[in-house]
Amino acid sequence: MPDTVIRLRDDAASTAPVVAFAELAAQGNATAVRLQPGDDARALLPLLDRLELVEVAFPGFNDGRGYSAARILREHGYTGELRAVGDVLIDQISHYVRVGFDAFAPDQPISRAAIDHALATWPEVYQRTVDGRQPIWALRHG
Amino acid sequence: MYQYDTYDQAMVDARVAEFSDQVARRLAGTLGEEQFRPLRLKNGLYLQLHAYMLRVAIPYGTLNSAQMRMLGQIADRYDRGYGHFTTRQNIQYNWIRLEDAPAILTDLASVGMHAIQTSGNCIRNTTADHFAGAAADEVADPRPYAELLRQWSTFHPEFDYLPRKFKVAIIGSETDRAAMRLHDIGIRVVRNTAGEEGLKIYVGGGMGRTPMIAPVIRDWLPAQQMVSYLEACLRVYNRHGRRDNKYKARIKILVHELGADEYRRQVEEEFAHILTLGLEPPPAELARIKAQFADPPFDPAAIEAIDLSDPDFALWVDQNVHPHKAPGHAIVTISLKPAGGIPGDASADQIRLIADLARDYSHDELRVTHAQNVVLPHVRRADLPAIWQQLDAAGLATANLDLIGDIIACPGLDYCSLANARSIPLAQKISARFADVERQRDLGELKLKISGCINACGHHHAGHIGVLGVDRKGVENYQLLLGGSEGADTSLGTIVGPGFSEDGLVDAIERATEFYRAQRQPGERFLDTYRRLGAAPFKEAIYA
Repeated sequence: MPDTVIRLRDDAASTAPVVAFAELAAQGNATAVRLQPGDDARALLPLLDRLELVEVAFPGFNDGRGYSAARILREHGYTGELRAVGDVLIDQISHYVRVGFDAFAPDQPISRAAIDHALATWPEVYQRTVDGRQPIWALRHG
Repeated sequence: MYQYDTYDQAMVDARVAEFSDQVARRLAGTLGEEQFRPLRLKNGLYLQLHAYMLRVAIPYGTLNSAQMRMLGQIADRYDRGYGHFTTRQNIQYNWIRLEDAPAILTDLASVGMHAIQTSGNCIRNTTADHFAGAAADEVADPRPYAELLRQWSTFHPEFDYLPRKFKVAIIGSETDRAAMRLHDIGIRVVRNTAGEEGLKIYVGGGMGRTPMIAPVIRDWLPAQQMVSYLEACLRVYNRHGRRDNKYKARIKILVHELGADEYRRQVEEEFAHILTLGLEPPPAELARIKAQFADPPFDPAAIEAIDLSDPDFALWVDQNVHPHKAPGHAIVTISLKPAGGIPGDASADQIRLIADLARDYSHDELRVTHAQNVVLPHVRRADLPAIWQQLDAAGLATANLDLIGDIIACPGLDYCSLANARSIPLAQKISARFADVERQRDLGELKLKISGCINACGHHHAGHIGVLGVDRKGVENYQLLLGGSEGADTSLGTIVGPGFSEDGLVDAIERATEFYRAQRQPGERFLDTYRRLGAAPFKEAIYA
């Protein structure tokens, strides 16, 4: 695991080699995979029990496909590590967490303190996603 | 109208704090312009030709007098004493300093306003029928749904980096006053035979360089599934919309390339999954919002009859006043299109006067229209003379609603870094040429829309007469389009022929309107005559 990975989960990090999505079928026992923005996250659904690390690549911060990929995996019950890799910026961190990411490997280092600060920005949220937070409408109507 | 509770206010306040921090980092140099750009855009801050421009959200075009007054104060305090109402039912300030942006957002937040998601590749501020809750022909009020959409789309974590911007418009009347089918998603609130409210969903409309009219994707969606269905619509787009070319990145291209049937199939598949996740706010939430859009206490004794002996007043009533659903009441549209003026501009003093009129005569409510005018939605007919006198004294009583002088125009090359040509001086020349209101009334309903570039912010595709500014070898040139419409009979205009200089275009428009006058049959509008005769005879007259 590179030094620059920041994890928001307590279990031991995977040490398995990360294979590209395209090679996953050929690597029958792989437990770690990397998705590129154009890869179909739903193709991983039959393998979720086996996977312990899914890296989602962000070659540019402004390509938002990885947000859908992450949320789809969590909606289908994936509980392993979900790591955003690449052009990962502090101002997107709270959104990453809301769609299910729990680890970050940013190209430019981000401090843990900055992440904690970013995650404390929003008192509440308007949508139900996969982070377990109760949306404002649920709080209003108990 | 809707009032923020402590949750809504806390979200806006948090946004101000976040953006203030981002601006501080930008000014200190620790945040680069490339990274700052999408952050400032999501707060409505553009870098234009001469200064920063701030676009303030007016959700579904509805605001109260305190909010309007604050817009005037900001114009005075941070701009040059005026603001510009836009085709997005928003207001823009064109002379803003970056250093002032946090203070402006703080001032806005003090009256429950913000600039959240007024730009950037995210879900933009939802627009709606500007007569919602007042129109005599309304089936159901679209604003509660628009407010539900505002909350759902605010800081939506999955859809903040879409392939391109995303605009939703919603209406609840038979008459479409919001150009609904020219939006990424258009929603029409309808009722079934049992009287239940449901939604008809259109996806993939838009203007820009590839104008398209949105096809129906869902004929009937139960109202209690709106959020889930839109999650599905957006997710299909976020995953599969094109990102290789920004000019092909809008959802209209995806729907067009997939075909409406295949797009619908993918949405339905995603929708079936999303329905299992419990993302939909409960009926009690829609009911809570609806209660806040209940009718204000209309005067049951309001009378219909008014004294129309003053011809100028009578003219204004005939042109700028619409029927209201409550007896003895009316809807007033204040034209921001004086002869020779800049479409949509209002001075701080005018803004404050309009705020006072809303407080005194319109149950504290105002609307901004996509045609860049302002509406007093709930006035007693008996108060019309007093309202008119005050408007007239402030230069706001131009009786030209929906006439050729009621021009829509984008900011154009006077402000915008994307523009190829100026829009404002052209609009002013046309407005001056047709300054005589009687002449305008003789020409009848005639929607003239000017865009200074292919991005079509001035809706030129949807104008009965549309004008597109282009750059021809370094010289501003204007193409003339005829036959567009944005209402129930939505159509896209077509280019008549070779382009014109600024003065040449004003002459060409006059030849087109004179040809219409010569050819029209009783009761025909310009658009009707054009549709009956076709482009060829108009072209012949214009280039004669």
